[in-house]
This record gives sequence, C-alpha cells and structure tokens, in this order.
Amino acid sequence: MTSQTSRHGKGPEGRFVARVLVYPRVEVLDPQGRAIEDALGRIGFDGVRRIRAGKSFEVALEAADERQATEAVERMCRQLLANPIVEDYTVEWVSE
Amino acid sequence: MKCGIVVFPGSNCDHDVYHVLSHVLEQEGTFLWHQGTSLEGCELVVLPGGFSYGDYLRAGSMAAHSPIMAAVRRHAEAGGRVLGICNGFQMLLETGLLPGAMRRNRDLRFLSVDVHLRVERDDLLYCSNYRRGDVLRMPIAHAEGNYVDTEEALDELERRGQVVFRYVDDAGRREPAANLNGSERAIAGICNAGGNVLGLMPHPERCAEEMLGNRDGLGLLAGAVAVGGRVGALAAAGG
Repeated sequence: MTSQTSRHGKGPEGRFVARVLVYPRVEVLDPQGRAIEDALGRIGFDGVRRIRAGKSFEVALEAADERQATEAVERMCRQLLANPIVEDYTVEWVSE
Repeated sequence: MKCGIVVFPGSNCDHDVYHVLSHVLEQEGTFLWHQGTSLEGCELVVLPGGFSYGDYLRAGSMAAHSPIMAAVRRHAEAGGRVLGICNGFQMLLETGLLPGAMRRNRDLRFLSVDVHLRVERDDLLYCSNYRRGDVLRMPIAHAEGNYVDTEEALDELERRGQVVFRYVDDAGRREPAANLNGSERAIAGICNAGGNVLGLMPHPERCAEEMLGNRDGLGLLAGAVAVGGRVGALAAAGG
C-alpha cells in the first residue's frame, strides 16, 4: 500500500479536497487492464508496456487542520475506498 | 432451526434460499433487513446472492458496512453459522470474516453456467452430506468471482484446510478450462479456521430440488442446518 501526499489544497474554513487514486496492485492480475492493453495493441499502439485500470474519487471534507484531513482520508482508503489485498491507493490534494 | 436470510437492497437470491430452507428442508426461515441490528435468535445466517447496492465500488463492499453486519460479525466470532453465497461470499471477504478478495472474471464476462465442484472437506457440518472427492454440479452467476490472495495467504489457506470447494471438470480433475473465472488454485469456496463461516460462489439454492433437474446443492443447505456435532470439530482438532 502506498500513499503519497502532495501539497494540501486547503480551502476556506478548514475545507479540503483530496483526490484518491485506486489501482490494482502491480503483482495482481488486472483482467480489465489486460483487455485494454490488448485492445491498444490491436489498434496499433505497440509500445504499451502495461495498463492498469483503476478508479478515482474526489473527497471534499471539512477538518480542523491538514493533519486531521490526511488521517481521515487515509482511514477512508483503508476501510472502504480500496481493498488492500488487491489494490494500492495514492492521495493527492487539490484545490476546490 | 431458525435461519435468517439477510436482505440487502439488490439481493435477488434471498427468496430462493428462503424457499429451500423453509419449504424443502422445513426449517424456520425468516428475512432480516440489512438496517436491523439483531439476528433475532437465528442460529444460521445466510448472506444471499444478488447485487447488493448495485455492486457499487466493489461487489459486497457496501453491504459489508451495513448495520446488520456488526451483528453478523459477532455471531460468526462466537462460532455461529454464517453462509455466504455468491454476493454473500463477496461480503464475507469484504468484512474480513473470510480471507482474500475477488477480481473480475478472467475473461471479463458475466458467467451464468453450470460448473463442477470437488468437495475438499467432509468434516464440516456444511459438508456432512458429502464425501471428500465428491463432484457436484452447481450453477454460477457472477462477474467477480476470480478469487485471489497473496501466495503466502493461499499457502496458509491450503495448509489449514480452508479450501472447501474447487472448480474441476466433470471427472473431478483440476483443469484450467474448468476454472472459468480464473480463481487462484481453482478456489470456489472457503471456510474460516473454525469451520463455522463458509463462503462459495456457486448457488446451492438453485439446485436443491428434483423438479429443477439437479439437487446437488441440497446437501449443502441441509448440512448448514444439521443438528448435533460441533461445526468444524475436526478442523479445531487439527489446528
């Protein structure tokens, strides 16, 4: 499981927006990514080494400070947004 | 035996399970709404198949956080019987009551077809009507039944004898072509270490009456309500 946190997009009054990216782990076979990879090959894109098909979530939340916002989003990822057995997630902070 | 069938928004095999338990096996079946917090004294809890919450996020992931699941977890942890079928199996994985996860089927297709299963355990109450090595025919109907876990976790699962059903051909042989969804080690169903929680992708409730042309699944539901003996007694003895 990886989590990289970039600059917090702190809005007015403790409002934050996180973008959570969830991908199948590299070592886990991703049938959807594989199918897209094959399709890209069929239409002539030869250099594609790998496709992983994932999901993204925009989480707008209120928190007292950056630390609490980060902790909350990390917990969301571990408990619901990602399944750590098959998926990795990264968190980026964006401005609203 | 009082049997609770949990109904989630999107469950669609709840009535089939109710029918087999109440009318074929003559047990006291009752529906439990997912917003409830009590199992109302049920000894067996069934998490039925379907598309709970429209399979949003990951199949079974939303249902895993339903209010009723706290009670189901307590029941399971106290040694109570919990049977998860198809989407119910996916819920058990998402709650962590059973190990592992599901990916989309290897060929990305929704598979609705009969498969053959080999019984790997006959010392569980659930399997008390089968013999180890028996080959059963049961229907599957799912898009995300491609079971996976880490190699170490799979080894541990095998070592502890928690693999209960595997996809095989009609002669009971493990062949890649018989493992339609691509599950690791052809795993179709597993139990917890105590043997009281069982999850499987195939649908025993859809093949439990002669008039449907197949009753291979009846033994499993009959085992789930079998009285006497401890669930997973031999599993506990074997560590």
